[in-house]
Amino acid sequence: MIDTIVRFSLFLLFPPIMLGIVNRVKSIFAGRKGPPILQTWRDIAKLARKGLVVSSTTTWVFLAGPAVALATMLIAGSLVPYGPFRSPFGFTGDVILFAYLFGLSRFFTTSAALDTGSAFEGMGASREVTFAFLTEPALFLALLSLARLSGSLDLNGILLGPAGGFSPATAAPLVLVALALGIVVLAECSRIPVDDPNTHLELTMIHEVMVLDHSGPLFGAITWAASLKFFILSTILLHVVIPMSSGNAIVDWLIFLAGLVAVSIGVGVIESIMARFRMRRVPWFLTGALLCSGSAFVLLVR
Amino acid sequence: MSSIGLVLVAILVSAVSGLPIALSGGASRRGQAWSAILLVAAGLIGLAGVLPVFVSPEGPPLALAWGLPAGTFSVGLDALSGIFLVPIFIVPALGAIYGLGYWDAKERPADGRRLGLSYGILVAGMALVAIARDAVLFLVAWELMALASWFAATAESEKPEVRRAGWVYLVATHIGTLALFAMFSLWNAANGSFSLDRNLAIPPDSAGFIFVLALLGFGLKAGLVPLHVWLPGAHANAPSHVSAVMSGVMIKLGIYGILRMTSLMPAPEQWWGWTLFAIGGVSAIAGIGWATGQGDIKRVLAYSSVENIGIIAIGAGLALVGRSTGRPALVLLGMGGALFHVWNHSLFKSLLFLDAGLVIHETGTRRLERMGGLAKRLPLAAALFGLGAAALSALPPLNGFAGEWLIYLGFFRGVTVGAANDVPAVAIGAAILATVGALAVAAFVRLFGTVFLGQPRSDAHGEGHVSPKASRNLMLFPMILLGFACLVIGLSPGLLLPALGRAAGDWGNLGEGASKLTALADFSWSLPLGLTLIGSIALLLLFFSLAARRAKTAERGTWDCGYAEPSSRMQYGASSFGEFLGRNLLFVRATLKKGRRPAGAFPDAGFFSTKSPDPVLDLAIRPLAAMASRGLGRIRVLHQGQTQIYLVYVLLATIILLVAGVIPS
Repeated sequence: MIDTIVRFSLFLLFPPIMLGIVNRVKSIFAGRKGPPILQTWRDIAKLARKGLVVSSTTTWVFLAGPAVALATMLIAGSLVPYGPFRSPFGFTGDVILFAYLFGLSRFFTTSAALDTGSAFEGMGASREVTFAFLTEPALFLALLSLARLSGSLDLNGILLGPAGGFSPATAAPLVLVALALGIVVLAECSRIPVDDPNTHLELTMIHEVMVLDHSGPLFGAITWAASLKFFILSTILLHVVIPMSSGNAIVDWLIFLAGLVAVSIGVGVIESIMARFRMRRVPWFLTGALLCSGSAFVLLVR
Repeated sequence: MSSIGLVLVAILVSAVSGLPIALSGGASRRGQAWSAILLVAAGLIGLAGVLPVFVSPEGPPLALAWGLPAGTFSVGLDALSGIFLVPIFIVPALGAIYGLGYWDAKERPADGRRLGLSYGILVAGMALVAIARDAVLFLVAWELMALASWFAATAESEKPEVRRAGWVYLVATHIGTLALFAMFSLWNAANGSFSLDRNLAIPPDSAGFIFVLALLGFGLKAGLVPLHVWLPGAHANAPSHVSAVMSGVMIKLGIYGILRMTSLMPAPEQWWGWTLFAIGGVSAIAGIGWATGQGDIKRVLAYSSVENIGIIAIGAGLALVGRSTGRPALVLLGMGGALFHVWNHSLFKSLLFLDAGLVIHETGTRRLERMGGLAKRLPLAAALFGLGAAALSALPPLNGFAGEWLIYLGFFRGVTVGAANDVPAVAIGAAILATVGALAVAAFVRLFGTVFLGQPRSDAHGEGHVSPKASRNLMLFPMILLGFACLVIGLSPGLLLPALGRAAGDWGNLGEGASKLTALADFSWSLPLGLTLIGSIALLLLFFSLAARRAKTAERGTWDCGYAEPSSRMQYGASSFGEFLGRNLLFVRATLKKGRRPAGAFPDAGFFSTKSPDPVLDLAIRPLAAMASRGLGRIRVLHQGQTQIYLVYVLLATIILLVAGVIPS
């Protein structure tokens, strides 16, 4: 019971802090003082109170974009186990629902972008849907590899599989799966080197340009949903990178939190030391994820 | 009356449903209404006959005296037939209601008669195909279906592109029929009769040949790549409710043929399943990849039918592999998912074609680059199109997701059960389905966005006619029913599992399949999770629209990064949206670019155009055919146009055959 409460409060409260950590790491690298760790929460709170401007071109689809993005992430997050703590809602085949919730979110966020009739937002939407067809199979092959390892059909079992025991034969596939998931995290969460959340030029953006017209509470919902997505995908990555359980609930929660902080720091470091790829090079990077998880799968089923 | 009797009555009623319209000279509104009523009645009678087969034991097949030299009039009704009969009795009836608003017979008397008669016969032919238990009867019904659909699809034959597409279809369907002739001859030789009953003593060699010929003959009708060449043109140029029937129902009978033939024969060798699996994967990825490049609203939908047929074939391939390796779970999940997708596709693809018809009716064009902003003018049609597009992209909580979920479950099961007859390689299908799912989102966001969202891209909206309220409602009513079905099935797919399991069990000769499939796939999550999803989205939407209303900002245009005069022509259009995809989809999509830049100090006008041709039809078959007709022109010398010469040829041929027959002995 306590675990469930911890689970949900962590899921609802912690994700924006992860974005704060990323920004803090970047500012340290740049020699700036940087915004406070809680800045994203402050932004969301402020946006929620603000008014909003809605273009006269738009229809209900424009409002549906942020609504669907937030709702799908809230549900997807409740299906995933955090560290050794299982999701209370697991069922056979939930892994497929989990992956398709991201598709549902993408369908409506890109439609909302097209709803504004702006060339820039159309451009972002076009890039978003294009990159997805490379990351989706990579994610699925990674999950299939983990399913093969664990012999399970639900997310709880699949993701807790690596924690079940280590053997040298599974080491190489797990490293490859971790690489693939790492790339998926960077791509799906629109981080450097795929997308630059801080660029000032609309022509080079993906996610940020799609939401140019969203303001006030709509933009707040989008920011929160984006941080939830970062949290969820990092959680999945953590199951492969630190598959451990001490048996003590408090220690396990602390390990899990430390893992999330570590992923945020890692993303911040990558953002600080790398430049964004040219747009036409990004597909090669994503194909790398597909290659990694595909090879992991082949190693496991050979 | 027995089930099969009801179905036969329904077939008769459908066959004559065109008479009121034909007898009234083709131009009578009342005749058209009567023929729609007859089709609806036929549909209801047919459903009353079909639905019991999913619960009660199968009745004996019915054989009647048959006046022709070969075959018997033998028909039967089992769960597999039933699965395919359900859409046959639903979609055309809804299409006929839609036709009352969409295709006013008064405006085109000559075409009206042709369409009315062929539409009814098409329904009768399709239903007869699904119940025929004799190869000769099957072929007769198959031809009836092919010809009737040709007449219906080319109803607007005054347009040259309709005639061209019709010609390709006619040739393609008859190549398929030829393959079926060969297949049924082989079947007759191996089986000893033309009757289509299960025969587990067919030798493996003949069975393999029969399977390959079935794949060719039925694959042409189903539209599996590379046999899909007729499909986009025929679907795009047919009247929209005919496209809905062809795409939603008729091409599935190609799948039915493959499934029926494979169920009649003993457990297949593994290569059958892998072949179907591979063809399905190629069809799915190529179909949806091509769809992202089309500039014609109905061609996008047609290519997505190729994709969906591919998904069905992947499921069926999984089931075949499961059958040859003795793994009933794969059989039930693969076949159950494939049959589920047959139903789902018939619902959402018909919905999308009918909706596209309404759009074409209102705008007077099929070109995406001239549309845009229709959600303001047709809000209900936009919402229904969005629903259909989301269902087609297999997004939860709609029916498309439920169907693919079953197939996915099969893949995950294939990978997790480690046994001697392990076939983890099937799980590659999950990666294929994931790619296809992401591409489907891309293709349908592009379609939905360019047609309904943003601003109108041209004044084309003036060229169509704003339909009167009554006829628009007649068009919307069937669409609402179809959309509602997509939602309800998506929320509680478990209700359909017993029927699907029964058909899958029958197909795989596994005995009772209903309870086994229900045990394998537990859908109890779908209703609570679906309602939570819909509820939370609705709550957030309510919150946002209240906030938007409270803000009461003045009318404002879209922020265009400081540019002062944005115009609707500056929006991202269908080709620009698809361009980036096309660049990354080089392995399936060819884009032909043509243009000239303005050059020099005093530049003249430049131009630029892109086109996504069908790689198989436009880049392979047409050039080859042109080459052949050039090269083979020399043989034309033999054709002198005189009967005597031809008789000499006949005599010569007879002598050659005689000699050829004598020499070996």
